[in-house]
Amino acid sequence: MGTSFGRGGATTFQQDLQHSDCIVIMGSNMAECHPVGFQWVMEAKQRGARIIHVDPRFTRTSALADLHVPIRAGSDIVFLGALVHHIIENDRWFHDYVVKYTNAATIVSDEFRDTEDLDGLFSGFDPEECLYDNLTWQYEGTVETAASAGQRELHRHNHSAVGERHGSHGALQGGRPPYSDETLEHPRTVFQILRRHFQRYTPELVEATCGVPKERFLEVADALCDNSGPDRTSAFVYAVGWTQHTVGVQYIRTAAIVQQLLGNIGRTGGGIMALRGHASIQGSTDIPTLYNILPGYVPMPHADNDTLRNFIATNAAATGYWGAMDAYTVSLLKAYWGAAATSENQFCYDYLPRISGDHSTYQSMMGMLDGTVHGFFVMGENPAVGSANGKLHRQAMAKLDWLVVRDFAEIETASFWYDSPEIETGELTTRSIATEVFFLPAAAHTEKDGSFTQTQRLLQWHHKAIEPAGDARSELWFMYHLGRIIREKLAGSTDEVDRPVLDLTWDYPTVGATAEPDAEAVLREINGWGPDGRALSTYTELRADGSTTCGCWIYCGCYADETNQTARRKPHTEQDWVALEWGWSWPANRRVLYNRASAAPDGQPWSERKRYVWWDEEAGEWTGVDTPDFSKTKRPDYAPPDDATGPDAIRGDEPFVMQADGKSWLFVPSGLKDGPLPAHYEPHESPFRNPLYDQQSNPARQTFSRPLNPYQPTDGQAGADVYPYVLTTYRLTEHHTAGGMSRTLPYLAELQPEFFCEVSPELAGERGLEHGGWATIVSARTAIEARVMVTDRMRPLVVQGRTINQVGLPYHWGGRGLSTGDSANDLYPLALDPNVHIQEVKAATCDIRAGRRPRGPALLALVEEYRQRAGIEQESR
Amino acid sequence: MNGWDTDVARRGFFTDTSVCIGCKACEVACKEWNEVPDDGLEFLGRSYDNTGGLGADTWRHVAFIEQPHGSDGLRWLMSSDVCKHCTNAACLDVCPTGALFRTEFGTVVVQEDICNGCGYCVPACPFGVIDRRERDGRVWKCTLCYDRLRADLEPACAQACPTKSIQFGDLDELRLAAAERVERLHRDGVTDARLYGDDPDDGVGGAGAFFLLLDEPEVYGLPPAPVVTTRDLPSMWRAAAVAGSALLGAAALTFLGRRT
Repeated sequence: MGTSFGRGGATTFQQDLQHSDCIVIMGSNMAECHPVGFQWVMEAKQRGARIIHVDPRFTRTSALADLHVPIRAGSDIVFLGALVHHIIENDRWFHDYVVKYTNAATIVSDEFRDTEDLDGLFSGFDPEECLYDNLTWQYEGTVETAASAGQRELHRHNHSAVGERHGSHGALQGGRPPYSDETLEHPRTVFQILRRHFQRYTPELVEATCGVPKERFLEVADALCDNSGPDRTSAFVYAVGWTQHTVGVQYIRTAAIVQQLLGNIGRTGGGIMALRGHASIQGSTDIPTLYNILPGYVPMPHADNDTLRNFIATNAAATGYWGAMDAYTVSLLKAYWGAAATSENQFCYDYLPRISGDHSTYQSMMGMLDGTVHGFFVMGENPAVGSANGKLHRQAMAKLDWLVVRDFAEIETASFWYDSPEIETGELTTRSIATEVFFLPAAAHTEKDGSFTQTQRLLQWHHKAIEPAGDARSELWFMYHLGRIIREKLAGSTDEVDRPVLDLTWDYPTVGATAEPDAEAVLREINGWGPDGRALSTYTELRADGSTTCGCWIYCGCYADETNQTARRKPHTEQDWVALEWGWSWPANRRVLYNRASAAPDGQPWSERKRYVWWDEEAGEWTGVDTPDFSKTKRPDYAPPDDATGPDAIRGDEPFVMQADGKSWLFVPSGLKDGPLPAHYEPHESPFRNPLYDQQSNPARQTFSRPLNPYQPTDGQAGADVYPYVLTTYRLTEHHTAGGMSRTLPYLAELQPEFFCEVSPELAGERGLEHGGWATIVSARTAIEARVMVTDRMRPLVVQGRTINQVGLPYHWGGRGLSTGDSANDLYPLALDPNVHIQEVKAATCDIRAGRRPRGPALLALVEEYRQRAGIEQESR
Repeated sequence: MNGWDTDVARRGFFTDTSVCIGCKACEVACKEWNEVPDDGLEFLGRSYDNTGGLGADTWRHVAFIEQPHGSDGLRWLMSSDVCKHCTNAACLDVCPTGALFRTEFGTVVVQEDICNGCGYCVPACPFGVIDRRERDGRVWKCTLCYDRLRADLEPACAQACPTKSIQFGDLDELRLAAAERVERLHRDGVTDARLYGDDPDDGVGGAGAFFLLLDEPEVYGLPPAPVVTTRDLPSMWRAAAVAGSALLGAAALTFLGRRT
């Protein structure tokens, strides 16, 4: 999303789905996993919208949809790519939108080679490192166009020679790429490259690869095209069914291309609704728990970003709103280090940690195994159940010096040292684990003040209803007092290494008997203040001279007028449907992003029916039902001078203001590790060959060759038939992710009391599985058991002339709580998407057999017997 | 005798199963508010239903029915069942202690401090709703959140329902809305849609909690033509009285005969 449009968030909000004329839910089971938001899909349906669900399983979402399209897990890019092909070849694309608002007309370097030319690789691939250099993906005549999201640090790192010239960012002149052709006929325009790239993504290929009959695919394609254009809009909804693949980011990219071609971004009833899996997952990337970004998607400095100036020059765009990255960064440094941060010391830029490569969660696990990571904090997560290859995780934690787990109950991550599956098999013994485990009780959201940033970038404040019981405390309490005590212990130190901690502004007021930090004071710090000490209203007020502070520039305004804007709860009966006075959404309380695109280039609505934000000539400003996502008084016919920088370089008819060229990107020259365009690759473990290219799987995917992480042969390799079925995981309404918040509660546990697998009657027949009985599911990692649910909702599909069955597993269970069971994620290997390092757990292969699994060491023997049959050698693991 | 002499409009539920997404928020909200204990952790394998049915410890129950249908080849019906709060409520008729009573809202409620656990009401209910809790002997069922109604709040299940499948309100208005909804669905080609329990002339005099279904009631585990089990009680008493008189007459004749 970030690389296509400029911001890494859903482009729309769930309430806006009611205005859609067609909603395609794919990679998401919205009715089950987001039941409250699903009311807006139901509202759209009642208003006559077409609801389509594309999913391997017939779920509660399918039950309410007009059309369910069963698809083979792991083949979505073929389906979506065929939509691109259909839209272009049948001339169903929205001409004015595509030419004016996307980079379709931009001419790309003649050094670029497509997957069609290189049999599944783009130009710039280094087979040794399995990395791409994106130099040849650039616009003609430019060195590099800065990305507004994604892998900014990587590309600079990859070609350091280019780094020298980065200050100018090649040659976007006043935000314009030097070469473009608005007739779209030049063979190297993005549009023509896109057309050639998807030429072989035909309905016939969909039928052969996805197992979706051609007619059914065309039904979806026609519904989308018929419901897109000036007068109608269609929306896409996705969740982790798209992200959790080795090519997951490119799934979303393909949908972004479809929505750009159909003119559905920035418009009411359109957009791409990214559904997040927890109450504040969006918030945890905005103010990140990730290693490679700072708050507000400012990149984390790389080890060789030696000065603040160099860091800004390397990562900021010269044009668009990232042009002001210096103001965002300096204001953040002022929020961290206050008076200690001065222009003389680069605002304490040297205090920031540096990254030197991948330090993501799975890499950290490897560090634990290798003895380079010694301690581990786990808060609000249960990796022993929720992460892929649980065995590897538990073995890794067994090598730690110390582990801190904060949760409501003693979850599997906290108890692995005495009751994990490895204790049962004898792979681990309590006596041999030296890890010191601290379990600390956590306060629930009802027991503390704070905010959630939910799936549509909306911050909503919650007030404490009751005091937490016993020793339970909030995360805020824990982090604040931990910091306070560390600072007290370091007080008086003259060691330079302690300065970043000692100079921190760590002066939050505390309240009550437990000395709980005032959460509103933290929110106010995030919002930031100006030279007069008053809360700022919006991020355009931020300055790079040290006169402003701001803890997260995209949240600037959430405390405007010294008021907690996130706590607003004006009822829907007292305001219009957009409800701008309910909570506060980033950026600047905009609900539909890039909403300048809801008007034509001349500033007038594309149609009366889809009127949303438009130019008011009399008032000389943008207006509408939402906060305009555009400089309020910039005229639609504004053309920047050649030397314009920052937002001033964005034309009056360019809605994608975060992008250096003001356009949404059909083709991504910078920011992605695995290609400027999406290409279909088979999952890391697949029962099929890639029908398009010799390159079977994503060449840039991240893999780990370790004995604890054995991979299964994929189709075409000997032994692949030992694991003949497609395996996929998902969630149920009744449980919450890894179960820590639901398996312990009787009212939820009783609704889905046992771990089960879902299989088709055909597969049950093939393997002798009985409904209500037990099955054992086997992979090269382990074998687990589950109750059997035989259902017509699982259907065999015909792919490449073969019938393929899929096994469905909800992944909520572990060994503890009221409702217990084996963990589905234990079956999976670690094979990751290269951009976001997410595990592929939505598609893999397995075997399934009737009956319960063996206990103790016999379980290991069963798994080993499979491995030997599949020819998985010890050294190749 | 049943508290009908009230100015308060009769309240009820209209459960529109055509928009139910099977989230079971109603089951959980009901238990949270009414402090109903869990109903046992047992995997039933009845599609996604592990509750089984209404009972002393389950006052809202979501049924899941998988059946062959239409172009998808399959449909998955979901429906949240609840006490019907009958116009002619047999449970209430047979209650010897007065624990069951008709509230000012026209709903039927058990008073837990009066119920003596005799259990007469259990077989009396034509829907099999009211049920005895084994561990305390008393009977329990949906109160239509009587305490919430008295505080001018809607019942917990209706408030928790994300898709307005469960609607709460004045029964007259709900019946009008339901009729319109069926008409709309018929216009949209959903010809299976029908109402259940909305007819004041049915065997229980109409239900205070009625439903829009997409198939025959039996498919959802509902009786097709429920009749208040105490319907024949008056005539039975009349018949008994006649029989009693006849016996008395015969006895008198015998006595007289002996005399002669």
